[in-house]
Amino acid sequence: MRYKTMTAVAALVLSAPAAFAGGADDDTLAIDGQEMVTKTTAPAHMEETGIDTIMSGWHFREDDTQSMQMDTFDNPGMIFVDQAMDAWNTVEGNAEKSCASCHEGPESMEGVRAVYPKWNEEAGEVRTLAMQINDCRETQMEAEPYKYDSAPMAAMEALISVQSRGMKVDVAIDGPAADTWEQGKDLYYTRTGQLELSCANCHEDNYGNYIRADHLSQGQINGFPTYRLKNARLNTAHGRFKGCVRDTRAETYAPGSPEFVALELYVASRGNGLSVEAPAVRN
Amino acid sequence: MNLIAKTTAAMLLAGAAVAGEVKPANVTFDDYGAVAESLSGTAGDPENGRALMIARSKGNCLACHQVSALDEAPFHGEVGPMLDGIGEYRTAEELRGIVANAKMMFDGTVMPAFYKTSGFVRPGDGYTGKGANEEDLTPILSAQEIEDVVAFLMTLQSS
Ligand code: HEC
Ligand code: HEC
Repeated sequence: MRYKTMTAVAALVLSAPAAFAGGADDDTLAIDGQEMVTKTTAPAHMEETGIDTIMSGWHFREDDTQSMQMDTFDNPGMIFVDQAMDAWNTVEGNAEKSCASCHEGPESMEGVRAVYPKWNEEAGEVRTLAMQINDCRETQMEAEPYKYDSAPMAAMEALISVQSRGMKVDVAIDGPAADTWEQGKDLYYTRTGQLELSCANCHEDNYGNYIRADHLSQGQINGFPTYRLKNARLNTAHGRFKGCVRDTRAETYAPGSPEFVALELYVASRGNGLSVEAPAVRN
Repeated sequence: MNLIAKTTAAMLLAGAAVAGEVKPANVTFDDYGAVAESLSGTAGDPENGRALMIARSKGNCLACHQVSALDEAPFHGEVGPMLDGIGEYRTAEELRGIVANAKMMFDGTVMPAFYKTSGFVRPGDGYTGKGANEEDLTPILSAQEIEDVVAFLMTLQSS
């Protein structure tokens, strides 16, 4: 924090080029008129991190990227939500069921995104939304699971997430989820690869700073799956984790691996209190 | 095939190609984190050092540092201190130590070690995301490339 503030001040003093804007901006995000919580007090478990305000990645993007997220019709990620709407109603598998057979409309999913990943008592494991979607496909529909990081999975996650848009992220980290959460926290602070960088090195120690052309955010996942202009599709949280780990010149974990599930729980918990924004728009 | 024979062969080959070079494992840092001895035994080329600092697949120093002398390359980062005038207040020995392994001088720094091949968690095969065996790792910059970068840094004098 102190170092960052100094950098921001230095950047101002130098009246540096536009690229050196420094820090998060003060804009407000409303989607279709509904105001989102994009900055709020950090959850209690983050006390030791020195971060007192958590911020959505939205604050670190350029104005034109930001504005694409403010209106459902301008958000290119919504095309995939429409596709998932079709999938929701499509009968697949030997049980001859669709999502709608058990859950009626997607509105029934209101509140779900906000509390995932979540402990599943019956299965005795922490489940991500993707794991739950595949469990329904395999057990209830007797259909093939989606590939963890695939386009139809990302779209289905987006459709379910939209039902919670504006609700505050509130994942549980205590009770039976505590072990998984600790494991995720360990991973967050492990310096991997030949560059020996951890998630925290970039997203805790250096958010607000430019790392070449990229403006580092806090690496929050309240906007996932996100639509990226770079690849013109929805990107899952595990896909993003994989890319970040790869960039440390490390051997990545696989999307859906126990390690990334634990990491997702931990990263999600660092966003407790922010609005669900999915599908967010990023560069 | 037996690993020892393979490794020895590789070592002989590498040794032959770069006689007089100090291996990453044999670099001597003083208490302060500086390295007195040239890593390659050949003077650095500042022009090549300039290119290495910019190249994303090599030093990529601009990811984190601002350097006015490299203004022709876009997007200088803000993660590390700006390096203008560094050649004036740091010696070549200090700069060699910092570029080879900055953690010897700045404990726990985010700056990567550019001349180090062991002691990593889940080292990868470059930026492929695939795993690599530690014995196959090469340093991010070669001995001569470290010398070239140091030679370029020494040209950064505050005018
Ligand atoms: C070398 C620096 C670096 C490291 C290490 C790193 N990231 Fe990132 N990460 C970035 C950059 C650059 C971006 C794109 C800009 C941004 O949103 O910060 C990014 C983006 C993200 C995003 C997207 C945020 C958004 O709002 O769209 C998430 C989530 C994320 N990182 C999580 C992680 C996690 C988890 C780890 C560790 C496993 C990690 N990162 C390690 C550099 C890094
Ligand atoms: C991931 C970020 C990162 C990269 C990449 C990086 N550095 Fe650094 N560098 C830093 C930080 C941070 C410091 C400050 C040391 C500390 O942590 O206190 C630093 C310090 C230095 C210093 C000492 C500055 C002083 O005032 O004494 C030099 C010289 C330097 N870096 C050169 C380089 C060169 C040359 C490269 C590329 C070959 C490079 N750096 C790549 C982050 C980086």
